[in-house]
Amino acid sequence: MTLANEVTGRLTWGAFLHGLITEGAVFGMLLAIIALAALVTYKRRWRWLWREWLTTVDPKKLGVMYILVAITMLVRSGADVLLMRLQQATSVGSSQGVIPTSMFQQLFSAHGTIMIFFVAMGLMFGIINLVLPLQIGSRDVAFPFLNATSFWLFAAGMALVNVSLGIGQFSAAGWLAYPPLSELQYSPGVGVSYWIWSLQIAGIGSLLAAVNFFVTILRMRCPGMTLMKMPMFAWSVLCSMFLAMFAFPILTVTLALLFLDRAIGTHFFTAGGGGNMMMYVNLIWAWGHPEVYILVLPAFGIYSEVVATFSRKPLFGYASMVVALIAITILAFSVWVHHFFTMGAGADVNGFFGIMTMIIAVPTGVKIFNWLATMFRGRIKFATPMYWFMGFVGLFTIGGVAGVMLAMPAIDFQLHNSLFLVAHFHTMLVSGVLFGDFAGLIYWFPKVCGFRLNERLLRYSFWCWFIGFIVVFVPLYILGFMGATRRLDHYAASTGWQPLFIVSGLGSLIIAAGLALLILQVGVSIRQRATTRDVDGDPWNGRTLEWTTTSPPPVYNFATIPVVHGRDPFWAAKQQDAAPSGTRVFSDIHMPKNTPVGMFVGGFAFLVGFTLIWHIYWLTILAVLGLLITAAIRTTSTDESEYIIPASEVARLESSLQGVPA
Amino acid sequence: MDLGVNMPVIGRHKRVLAVVLLALAIGGALAALAVYLHRVDIPVLEPKGPIASQEQHLIIITALLSLFVVIPVLGLVVAFAVKYREGNTKAQYSPTLASSKRFETAWWIYPSALIVVLSIITWNSAHSLDPYKPLDSKTPALTIQVVSLDWKWLFIYPDQRVACVNEMVIPNDTPIDLLLTSDAPMNSFWIPQLSGQIYAMPGMQTQLHLEASSAGTFRGLSANISGAGFSSMTFQTNSTSLSAFRQWIDAAQRSPKALNQGAYSVLARPTENAPISCYADSDTSLFSSIILRYMTPDSSSMSMAPGSRSMNMAEASS
Repeated sequence: MTLANEVTGRLTWGAFLHGLITEGAVFGMLLAIIALAALVTYKRRWRWLWREWLTTVDPKKLGVMYILVAITMLVRSGADVLLMRLQQATSVGSSQGVIPTSMFQQLFSAHGTIMIFFVAMGLMFGIINLVLPLQIGSRDVAFPFLNATSFWLFAAGMALVNVSLGIGQFSAAGWLAYPPLSELQYSPGVGVSYWIWSLQIAGIGSLLAAVNFFVTILRMRCPGMTLMKMPMFAWSVLCSMFLAMFAFPILTVTLALLFLDRAIGTHFFTAGGGGNMMMYVNLIWAWGHPEVYILVLPAFGIYSEVVATFSRKPLFGYASMVVALIAITILAFSVWVHHFFTMGAGADVNGFFGIMTMIIAVPTGVKIFNWLATMFRGRIKFATPMYWFMGFVGLFTIGGVAGVMLAMPAIDFQLHNSLFLVAHFHTMLVSGVLFGDFAGLIYWFPKVCGFRLNERLLRYSFWCWFIGFIVVFVPLYILGFMGATRRLDHYAASTGWQPLFIVSGLGSLIIAAGLALLILQVGVSIRQRATTRDVDGDPWNGRTLEWTTTSPPPVYNFATIPVVHGRDPFWAAKQQDAAPSGTRVFSDIHMPKNTPVGMFVGGFAFLVGFTLIWHIYWLTILAVLGLLITAAIRTTSTDESEYIIPASEVARLESSLQGVPA
Repeated sequence: MDLGVNMPVIGRHKRVLAVVLLALAIGGALAALAVYLHRVDIPVLEPKGPIASQEQHLIIITALLSLFVVIPVLGLVVAFAVKYREGNTKAQYSPTLASSKRFETAWWIYPSALIVVLSIITWNSAHSLDPYKPLDSKTPALTIQVVSLDWKWLFIYPDQRVACVNEMVIPNDTPIDLLLTSDAPMNSFWIPQLSGQIYAMPGMQTQLHLEASSAGTFRGLSANISGAGFSSMTFQTNSTSLSAFRQWIDAAQRSPKALNQGAYSVLARPTENAPISCYADSDTSLFSSIILRYMTPDSSSMSMAPGSRSMNMAEASS
């Protein structure tokens, strides 16, 4: 081995060379990063960036960071979709379309990976960080430093996926990388390695965050807020984090075993040598199915908050809703085989899992009926979050019907892996998770930033998303029945599929317009913010504790921890014309100090992943050492990790904040 | 809360015009869709075999049963949104209405009842349409061994000792017993017009039973990604009369090519868009030897898997 190989592993200059489209994307990415850095330099804000954002442990700031990363990834993955739709609309018969097969296969693999791990998880963790502590009357989460570390691990995973665009390539084995296709035999390059490490690192961040939020809800609710009095969003987060704590370890182990197969030649999942690829499929879906419930439950929680607030009525059937959440949580672990009825498990196994999948539809239906009952005899204000809810009910119901069909093994044999399946799960994920997260972002934006968003542009954006979604996916439902399987980058003209692919492609342009509007309106809203300022912290006539603070809240959230006596405490207090919290006697507030350690952990984790991918083992060792030393320093440090805001300072801050409810 | 939206005030005439145009646009789109659907093939809904036919019936039954949820939910959400919007001052407003044992019980029971019905159908159909279950027929079954390769399908007729690439000829109204394996990554064998799919996996054997109820040519494909040539893994199934089938067998048996181990290892190399071709005098132990090869101690070494990328790649890293 030459010195070059020792130093740079299998990383060569060739890894940096790609086709025109890829290089264009890489160039665009680098340009954006440079432009951002230039802007920060020009405004002389590096100190501020470091102090206020990069080293923060404040969940209100971490939430914003999660969401910014998630939206950026939504744009990136959305661009991937436009390319894929263009390819499928044009690659018919003698035409090979616009991109080579290898790129198409990387595109759909990256699309699924990015959307699930970095957009949906990012939006979810972002909103939880922003809202949860405020909703339960707490100042912070249980483990603030761990919270920051979770974000930086998430960012490291995201960075790895994006670096794969410019250095090497990404996986071409789909978003779940089934073996033996993902084994060394059939994927000898760096693509699957990038996939493994970006998910492994981000997954550990998610697991830590799940523990954090779970403990926060159990231990940090304000006095008087029993579990059955806390907001439904908090319940949905509790259940989702419970799922995450038990599901993510499965992912960690499975990725590790696949890595061992590829790195040192073990035979967990290989074809031959005693390996069993069906084991991988079982394990990855034992994680994968709970994962989709991890994503959708907080979105359901957001809908509960939104519908109650805008109907000006309490959420109907609170106890039923809690039971439904718990039922979904438990059942989520009992349905995973429905993702591979066609693998030949036999009628008894398939039948059992089909029935369990049918059963999980019941609590979901109960939730929808309770939301409808909340609207019943309400006085509904159709602010944009309610539009997203209405869009969700319409689409999710249809997608659910498709799901019931797929849950029946005999039907699934015909529709598995077809575009009908693709349309089904996109319906659930987009109308359930994405619409819910959008509703949450719009609903809580004033609390975070102090002004409301432009309603008119938001509505235009909604209609683009809603109509665009129908135009994209109804053709895909039909194509499934026409015998079109997923992930095809070319098909014969005699199939007659092309017109539907063209319509679907046009639909994706409508959604792109919707996304563009969504992002543009933030800029417009910022410019108009003087007219839409949230002066009293309660722009929607809210019901729960987060609306009792100023917008944005002070760093400590509540000067005095509130005491509550029932559900919807703020609404109750407003009815009685009284304040929800106790008397205004201030005491010293202990807040966690900022720390750069989270960033270092993320940075070293990125390095571990990158160097393992490229076999630069000497650097891996250094990076692991870096992690250990960082952990040792943090653990043994005698520096105070908290700082104190004296009572006098709290009093001064409170009186200077205008219109603060007592 | 004033949302300060300032939506433009549209006159009544313009609003009627907008609604009419919208209705025309949607109507036009639906009409175009109807014309299109009438002209294309929709294999899953136009079955040509008893298995696919039963599966199609299930799809329709399930869709109809689902209406019991779809219609109430969509109807109620629209009705409530219209009736209880804040602009409708005549609607009753009950700000403390938060639960009702009667209604909550009702909507736990209603979907549960529906699910009980669907579960019974699920269990029964999972058994009656189990791909491993032989078809009920007086006609003796024809056995075909299927091997998914990169990126083509090999059909071996063990009793007739012929083998074909990318074309499967079968007599109609005859039960076909398929035994499947793979000498490539995991694939999924699917002829939508005849039956549902089953995975084909290296080192393993799966089964599928199907039958064509009329003569015709049916499109087949792989429904699980297996690498770069995946899109070209389409094949043709020809269902003919028994006599035409026998003639085809005779012609194939006179093929100059024989599928022995040597010919097979050439065939198994990764190629795309393989033309239809047939072999005679195929090795009767070929299918089981393909499976068994994955059980030998050195089976995982890279040179042993004909479809493996590393066979043709200079740098095989590890």
